[in-house]
Amino acid sequence: MLEVIEQLEEKRREAHLGGGQRRIDAQHAKGKLTARERLEVLLDEGSFEEYDMYKAHRCADFGMQDQQIAGDGVVTGWGTINGRPTYVFSQDFTVFGGSLSETHAEKICKVMDLAVQNGVPLIGLNDSGGARIQEGVASLGGYAEVFWRNVQASGVIPQISVIMGPCAGGAVYSPAMTDFIFMVKDTSYMFVTGPDVVKTVTNEIVTAEELGGASTHTKKSSVADGAFENDVEALLEVRRMFDFLPLSNRKKPPVRQTPDPYDRVEMSLDTLVPDNANKPYDMHEVIVKVADEGEFFEIQRDFAGNILCGFIRLNGSTIGVVANQPMVLAGCLDIDSAKKAGRFVRYCDAFNIPILTLVDVPGFLPGTAQEYGGIIKHGAKLLFAYAEATVPKVTVITRKAYGGAYDVMASKHIRADVNYAWPTAEIAVMGAKGATEILYRSELGDPDKIAQRTKDYEDRFANPFVAAQRGFIDEVIMPHSTRRRIGRAFELLKTKQVEGPAKKHDNIPL
Amino acid sequence: MFKKILVANRGEISCRVFKTAKRMGIGTVAVYSEADRNALHVDMADEAVFIGAAPAAESYLVIDKIIDACKQTGAEAVHPGYGFLSERAEFAERLAAEGIAFIGPPKGAIEAMGDKITSKKIAADADVSTVPGVMGLIEDAEHAVKIASGIGYPVMIKASAGGGGKGMRIAWNDAEAREGFERSKSEAASSFGDDRIFIEKFVTEPRHIEIQVLADTKGNCIYLGERECSIQRRNQKVIEEAPSPFLDAETRKAMGEQAVALAKAVDYASAGTVEFIVDKERNFYFLEMNTRLQVEHPVTELITGVDLVEQMIRVAAGEELAISQEDVKLNGWAVESRLYAEDPYRNFLPSIGRLTRYRPPQEGEGSDGHIVRNDTGVFEGGEISMFYDPMIAKLCTWAEDRNTAVEKMSDALDHFEVEGIGHNIPFLSAVMDHDRFRSGNITTAFIAEEYPDGFHGVEVDCQMSKDLSAVAVVLDAIERERGASASKDRFENGAANSGKTVRLDRENTRAILERDGAEYVVTIGEGSPQRLLTDWQPGDTLAKVSIDGLPTAFKVDPVPGGYRLRHRGVDQKVQVLSNRVAELAALMPEKLPPDTSNMLLCPMPGLVVALHVEEGAQVQEGQALAIVEAMKMENVLRAERSAKVAKIPVGVGDSLAVDEVIMEFEA
Repeated sequence: MLEVIEQLEEKRREAHLGGGQRRIDAQHAKGKLTARERLEVLLDEGSFEEYDMYKAHRCADFGMQDQQIAGDGVVTGWGTINGRPTYVFSQDFTVFGGSLSETHAEKICKVMDLAVQNGVPLIGLNDSGGARIQEGVASLGGYAEVFWRNVQASGVIPQISVIMGPCAGGAVYSPAMTDFIFMVKDTSYMFVTGPDVVKTVTNEIVTAEELGGASTHTKKSSVADGAFENDVEALLEVRRMFDFLPLSNRKKPPVRQTPDPYDRVEMSLDTLVPDNANKPYDMHEVIVKVADEGEFFEIQRDFAGNILCGFIRLNGSTIGVVANQPMVLAGCLDIDSAKKAGRFVRYCDAFNIPILTLVDVPGFLPGTAQEYGGIIKHGAKLLFAYAEATVPKVTVITRKAYGGAYDVMASKHIRADVNYAWPTAEIAVMGAKGATEILYRSELGDPDKIAQRTKDYEDRFANPFVAAQRGFIDEVIMPHSTRRRIGRAFELLKTKQVEGPAKKHDNIPL
Repeated sequence: MFKKILVANRGEISCRVFKTAKRMGIGTVAVYSEADRNALHVDMADEAVFIGAAPAAESYLVIDKIIDACKQTGAEAVHPGYGFLSERAEFAERLAAEGIAFIGPPKGAIEAMGDKITSKKIAADADVSTVPGVMGLIEDAEHAVKIASGIGYPVMIKASAGGGGKGMRIAWNDAEAREGFERSKSEAASSFGDDRIFIEKFVTEPRHIEIQVLADTKGNCIYLGERECSIQRRNQKVIEEAPSPFLDAETRKAMGEQAVALAKAVDYASAGTVEFIVDKERNFYFLEMNTRLQVEHPVTELITGVDLVEQMIRVAAGEELAISQEDVKLNGWAVESRLYAEDPYRNFLPSIGRLTRYRPPQEGEGSDGHIVRNDTGVFEGGEISMFYDPMIAKLCTWAEDRNTAVEKMSDALDHFEVEGIGHNIPFLSAVMDHDRFRSGNITTAFIAEEYPDGFHGVEVDCQMSKDLSAVAVVLDAIERERGASASKDRFENGAANSGKTVRLDRENTRAILERDGAEYVVTIGEGSPQRLLTDWQPGDTLAKVSIDGLPTAFKVDPVPGGYRLRHRGVDQKVQVLSNRVAELAALMPEKLPPDTSNMLLCPMPGLVVALHVEEGAQVQEGQALAIVEAMKMENVLRAERSAKVAKIPVGVGDSLAVDEVIMEFEA
């Protein structure tokens, strides 16, 4: 018996070494942790249970039969994060460069199937050179098996991808179909075709970092939702985000008790909105002052800064926040911001996360770039997402809510549940200046008259009461009591029930 | 007594005057400009009158508007505060003409002391010690030597017509005086076409010490001790204290009596300040007299118990001083720190904007008898405007002795939360803990000498590192206790019970945490255990912690895996990780900030309004490169040295964050 136990220990020891000490050292020299070390950071200490530790590939071509390494380049299993379970896979770059073989894919598929069946999230740590070329089409089949499962799992369990090394070619499409992608600065990159192919085909000379580094994907392409300084920070932040999410679409988001009083008053919000309607202010301040403990986990912070998305808690419960940001492009909606927020709203709706919308939007960004780019269909994504969302929706208009953008931003008409406005709110078809220039075109030559007309329009519409008279606004609230008001609203909405018409699925304008 | 007074000022000094007026049962009127609609002083006053646009020249400096405001509200008297109209003889005169009392000295005294040369002459005539010197004709070098040795070395030899340092020499003996005179004379002749030279005592290691005087209209005048204001940055006072750690009773008395003599010589009435420069032998020389309430008056109030504003109001109302010189007793020690909206790490660049957080320390008397006083004109959610003085507050502490008062100031600064703008709290904290400041061995050159390359934060020493680590370990434990009670699922909250390692400045140290009743007993590495007690809760931005029985405070911001802690001028990230994670974190490469020496960085958040050069251009030192507009102010950014522009990654119209790259230069 003892001998058998010793054998098991020996086998485990071997498997834990992955591609061997030399490759582990090389991984460390690059500033990267190994697949197993990463899981030690991600998961609660001692909670990881590994599956398929001894699984090896079946390839007999190109001398592969002589290279059998237990685990075949990916570590899979499950563990807990602050006591809540998650399935994980972590690609092992020390074994065949983390390349994906048929068996490697099978391991991932096994935990994906279990995750969906058991209603437990899946976190993938990607560090792979790509398909295992020696296996040819078998490897491609493996990818597609993973893709199909990503789609089946989408909307059922949270899927989070962390890119911690290369992720190139077809491999990118698995993370692309998960809910969130995080990257590690300087040591990770993602692209469909690498710099060599790019150079051959288009003559562009570009580095891997420029083509698909963390900066590119968080600032330009918006493929990634966030980037962190190193492996450890990235994984610690994924732990922090995980605490906001439900285990599956069958569960409510977790509740974290807080010492922060639900009725905390923030007098300083009363002076946040400047007297001058053209002067910006930082919408982050509202979010942070309203949130439990001032904690805001922002998604896509470096992209489409004219809209803010992320998670907060109110009374301990997770809330998704979407907010126009007057500091960037005056808070206008455009293609990028509509796509960013639309996707976030749909995520929240899929996972029973109520949505708080903070509105200060002067309209859609005008221009040929926007129209040629298809703002009509992209803008519709956000409208569609809000309109189809059945989770509790509370909206607070802090200042401008002009034109079609007012309708889009979780207005009463597209079935927000509670719509509040600050006394500084202006709900109108457009700004007073624009409106009078259309209404009184004949008087344009007379600046005094126009000024008076503008003032009349402002007096009539630059306030929340016209909308409140019609019931589009449920109540005009004091900025300083915003936390208490929306906290109570969401508390009441916890029992919200709506049934939409039966359909196979909707047809959001993609 | 007046029924209603108006304060022709804004900010903290208006609020200060209103406080006393309210206590005296006098009605209060504020005036405000466009920029001050929501200001605290407007809120505090019984009535407020709008007086014009934001620039002071269109509001607070317009005498007619102040007088109109008085008439409109029926204010019988005007307190001018400091700055603005406070030392304008014309203002006092105009008010008098309208039958409105001026809560300040008579017009004649303002005029007499307003001119430097006149005031020196009056001072000399009143037997006030002035800097010895000879302004008259100096015949030749021998004459100069005679004068110089008469004054006593060192002396300053200066061209009468010269300004700044030009044609100025310091002589320490006869030979230097002879040579200095001749060279200054020829330089003066060639530079200014005027070879007149004057010789004056050069005061070495000078201190700035001023005497507070208080006089009524009946001929009574007293002095209320001195204030030491030597801690200055570019002639701007930063820290003041009373009494001075340098004066003895004899010098104090001599200075006080001369100050009174000067005040009497100009028929002074009201509160005033006589400024002296004091050398290391305690020789003192008159500099100037400020005919108004000084910014730093609270330190005098704290050690004398006299409300100077009340006395000013009473004198203006014609009352006789109720305090005699014998009544004035200096009690204990008071220190004042001026909190400015400026970034100490960026050469004290002004940093104006919205105060997203403003939480001053608890004011009043502490359990051990010390006093905290905070004079301010701002509030959380308020704005530090570009139009006026960027002072946020004047924080004062009082205690029985200097050391305790300074210690209490350090503590009060640790409790003072200011966010949204840059502020000098770290710098003030650093000075409070500076050995030389603690010793009292200070001069007006203190900041220039001790921080010659500017301020770069406070180094974490061994004890500080231990304290920061212990605090971080306790905060982490409190968060984990909460976590364990909340999100627990079917599984153990594995993170709760494992050993912890503190990671500070890339250094890992094991920590042991035990509970002993309400106390946390923390052992960091090989150190001795520390006992901590705190009521901190997750989300609090200030942690009041007692460490081994000593109460103190830390500002807390969460960072991945730990906390950013600010305390005593230190700004440090401390992570609390499981032992294994800390080991792995040690494998992470250190990412040094990119070398920005060849870049032009945006000094403040703003909008690029102009780019004066193109890529490839050769630029000269001092050449204007770009203009960044911030808070409606255009800031011209210039080349620090000659270089070739390699890359301009921004364009006109871009809005930039602090430290964003505007230009890169070839190395």
